[in-house]
Amino acid sequence: MTRISVKVDGVRYSDDVEPRTLLVHYLRETLGKVGTVVGCDTSNCGACTVHVDGRSVKSCNMLAVQADGREVTTIEGIATDGGLHPMQQAFHECHALQCGYCTPGMIMQAIDLVGENPDASEEEIREGMEGNLCRCTGYQNIVRAVQQAAGVMAGQAASSSQAGE
Amino acid sequence: MTAVDDRPTTEVGTARVRKEDQRLITGRTKWTDNIQLPGMLHLAMVRSPFAHANIGAIDTTAAQDAEGVVAVFTGKDLADDQGVNINAWPITPDQLTPTHLPVAVERVACAGEIVAVVVARSAAAARDAAELVDVEWAELPAVLDLKEAAADAVLAHPDLGTNKSALWRLDSAEQGSGGDVDEAIAKARESGIVIEREYRQQRLIPAFMEPRSTVVDPTGEQLVVWSSTQVPHILRFALAATTGVPESKIRVIAPDVGGGFGGKLQTTPEEFATFAVARRLGKPCKYTETRSETMISCHHGRDQWQKLTLSAEKDGTVTGLKVELLADLGAYVAIVGGGVPVLGAWMFNSIYKFPAYQFNCQTVLTNKTWVDAYRGAGRPEATFAIERMMDELAAEVGADPIAIREKNWITHEEFPFTTVAGMTYDSGNYEAATAKALELFGYDELREEQRRRRESGDPVQLGIGVSTFTEMCGLAPSRVLGSLSYGAGGWESASIRMLATGTVEVVSGATPHGQGHETAWSQIVADRLGVPFENVEVLHGDTQVAPKGLDTYGSRSLVVGGEAIVRAADKVIEKARPIAAHLLEASVDDIEFESGRFTVKGTDQGMGLTDLALAAFTCHNFPEGVEPNLDADATYDPVAFSFPHGTHLCAMEVDTETGATTMRKYVCVDDIGTIINPLIVEGQVHGGLVQGIAQALWEEAVFDDQGTLVSGSFVDYTLPTSADTISFVTDHTSSPSTTNTLGTKGVGEAGTIASTPAVVNAVVDAIRHLGIDDIQMPCTPERVWRAIQSAGESSGGSVPEQAQEHFAAGGLNQDPGAGSPEPPTASTTAGENA
Repeated sequence: MTRISVKVDGVRYSDDVEPRTLLVHYLRETLGKVGTVVGCDTSNCGACTVHVDGRSVKSCNMLAVQADGREVTTIEGIATDGGLHPMQQAFHECHALQCGYCTPGMIMQAIDLVGENPDASEEEIREGMEGNLCRCTGYQNIVRAVQQAAGVMAGQAASSSQAGE
Repeated sequence: MTAVDDRPTTEVGTARVRKEDQRLITGRTKWTDNIQLPGMLHLAMVRSPFAHANIGAIDTTAAQDAEGVVAVFTGKDLADDQGVNINAWPITPDQLTPTHLPVAVERVACAGEIVAVVVARSAAAARDAAELVDVEWAELPAVLDLKEAAADAVLAHPDLGTNKSALWRLDSAEQGSGGDVDEAIAKARESGIVIEREYRQQRLIPAFMEPRSTVVDPTGEQLVVWSSTQVPHILRFALAATTGVPESKIRVIAPDVGGGFGGKLQTTPEEFATFAVARRLGKPCKYTETRSETMISCHHGRDQWQKLTLSAEKDGTVTGLKVELLADLGAYVAIVGGGVPVLGAWMFNSIYKFPAYQFNCQTVLTNKTWVDAYRGAGRPEATFAIERMMDELAAEVGADPIAIREKNWITHEEFPFTTVAGMTYDSGNYEAATAKALELFGYDELREEQRRRRESGDPVQLGIGVSTFTEMCGLAPSRVLGSLSYGAGGWESASIRMLATGTVEVVSGATPHGQGHETAWSQIVADRLGVPFENVEVLHGDTQVAPKGLDTYGSRSLVVGGEAIVRAADKVIEKARPIAAHLLEASVDDIEFESGRFTVKGTDQGMGLTDLALAAFTCHNFPEGVEPNLDADATYDPVAFSFPHGTHLCAMEVDTETGATTMRKYVCVDDIGTIINPLIVEGQVHGGLVQGIAQALWEEAVFDDQGTLVSGSFVDYTLPTSADTISFVTDHTSSPSTTNTLGTKGVGEAGTIASTPAVVNAVVDAIRHLGIDDIQMPCTPERVWRAIQSAGESSGGSVPEQAQEHFAAGGLNQDPGAGSPEPPTASTTAGENA
């Protein structure tokens, strides 16, 4: 067993883990963060996507020990002050989910994508979301949701930078 | 009742965002694998690596000794009480149905079959120990190819003496619904047109996103089963019927279920094994499969050879259609396995007025994963075949594919129309849907562009694919299902409970797995009872909460389950009417109900339905002999199927030098009758389209010659991604169904059924001038390229010798499958995703 210290959704944890434990299993089984799910065993589907130090990572593709000393954000940690994250809100409004199994990973990937490229075109969004599989929606409304959230996030960034001035 | 100013006048037809979303977007979803119970044990399955083998001794000692292992059970250990995986639709009285044990005892008939179950304190410990179970295998010859299986040279189940399970026929002359097809064909051979084709429906994998999971908790009083299933009610029935546990002691819960597409319309060996082990140990047990296990052990879909003979007059008027299907069942006849291809019997004639028709279906056993319903179940296969054939007929006649369909389809004045297969279509308007689709598509402009590209010898050719489809939704009515030996009815159940404080609980027997029932049912009830959308709570998916139900598949939930809800709501109103009369001191005959309020005719006196619910709760002032509650149940047995239809148009660009295909435009106009929620409908259409397009272009379950599934993970089984797909243009026309109150038709499978032929027709259309009339699905770049090469003329000109060198036989780095003239092998087809 190896001891790791990791901050997940704003809370500090220190746990002994088997070195082979995947980050997603640590999140689900040790911390009870079952909002993050497992959809495949080959890192293709992206259902387990979380943020590590602010960047999207497929948490089935990373060992828990690799998260030692780092900060992890899951789907359970992105709503603030009881309000949904703009990406969550956009997925809801654009009907970008049906069964919802891929949704946590989709939302986490989409937030990272918009952070990287706030003005992404439809094609750039489609390419940026390529690592996350959805079997229900045909992706069209997911693309719409990412576009809508990008607009809201840009507006928020503008107003917060104004407030900071 | 609270009045809200911006409330829509009717909920039905409003694009409500879904109630379900809140938990799904915040990570609060109740997936089965999320369940943790005190003392819960975890299961891992030991599976057969062989397609066909006798099971010898199983040495479990090393596994038993491993740390954290509680028990190991073999098939022999569980043989007495593990139950059996049933076939619920024997399509003929003499159907051969091999016994399907959850955990095999003597012999396995396909790779992936379970032979032992390891139980441990954690899933990881169970999986580690499963590796230590030593099975002595005695391999048997396996039959994998469908056509070879039909020849009976090697037997999938030697004790049965044949691989042929059942032969099912529908003949229009015999049943009196049309003429003699052989006569029609003979006549056409003399003086008309006969088109003969053989199409392949490749094997697909449903590939829902949530791997299946089952938790069984033997509480002492009850066995509580949580499972990632589309059919909790059917699972409860099957467990009780085959394990000897009284049905009243079994509670099955389908919590949030992450997609199904037919793939969770099954009672699985894994569910039965978990149930058996939990009973033995008296401890809560969980089994969650890995994705690789899903791919091999969840039932597959499609897998048919379709031989078609279509006869027509010289002008393109069809005179007959004969269908001969070979359908691969896989190793066992799954719950509705044999029935799935038979569902196509009423669909090959589609929207057309064929005078003579015959459908023959031979189901065949092989040593591969069993096959059952996958989105559309029998109707996509039929629709693909007939829509491909109509394009072939158009090419033969030299007519536009739209014109050839118009010549043969049922016109809107002719409804209701009884087809040559004997099915009565209640409503539809193929002209209207087609006209709208042609306009949205820009059909004439695209045809013009196609002509220009042909004339200029553009290496990238344009093809236009047409698919005018219909389908049948909501298996019905029960007496007809009975006459077909289907093992269940076609009814659905609903209950409405009027709570004292003004909210309403709706209990539905249709169990969703992503469709949005909670939202749509709330809209229906809000309108019917005149209560706010937000005040309706929909309960489902737990046999203790919704004890009666037949669950969700075949686009039945709205057309059958929705009608049950309407009827329960109407009963609530009728139950409340005498109470309203009593409280308003008026005659029952003078009481009217509208928008949630009972009023006395010709007066301004009235009271709300929810006030009556409170009056029923207090019961202080109630009429004599009237039951003090407003709650009502309804069980609805549909009188007929519903028949949505639509026109789908697809433009594909085909690079004749590389075989690469690119979707340029896709337009669909679907007529699904009354739309309850346009947002949900649009989502269903989008997702359906992509699954159908994926069959046309990308997906295939490929087995090697040992019977190993080589497209057994998401690396090789190529689900489309956001980068592979485009944005679609979707629209609607509406011919309300006349067989249910709301006028609804199903929509869950429409996109999948219609899109596959539209795409393949477009690909073939792009290169038909090169002498190509078919490309086997999936139309991968390699297959398209090979078709172009074998047609002997590439419009891109001859390929320079040097460019081939890399692939030359004996050369370096060559893909073993790529250079051979044989059909593409698994390794080259399955990895492609244009």
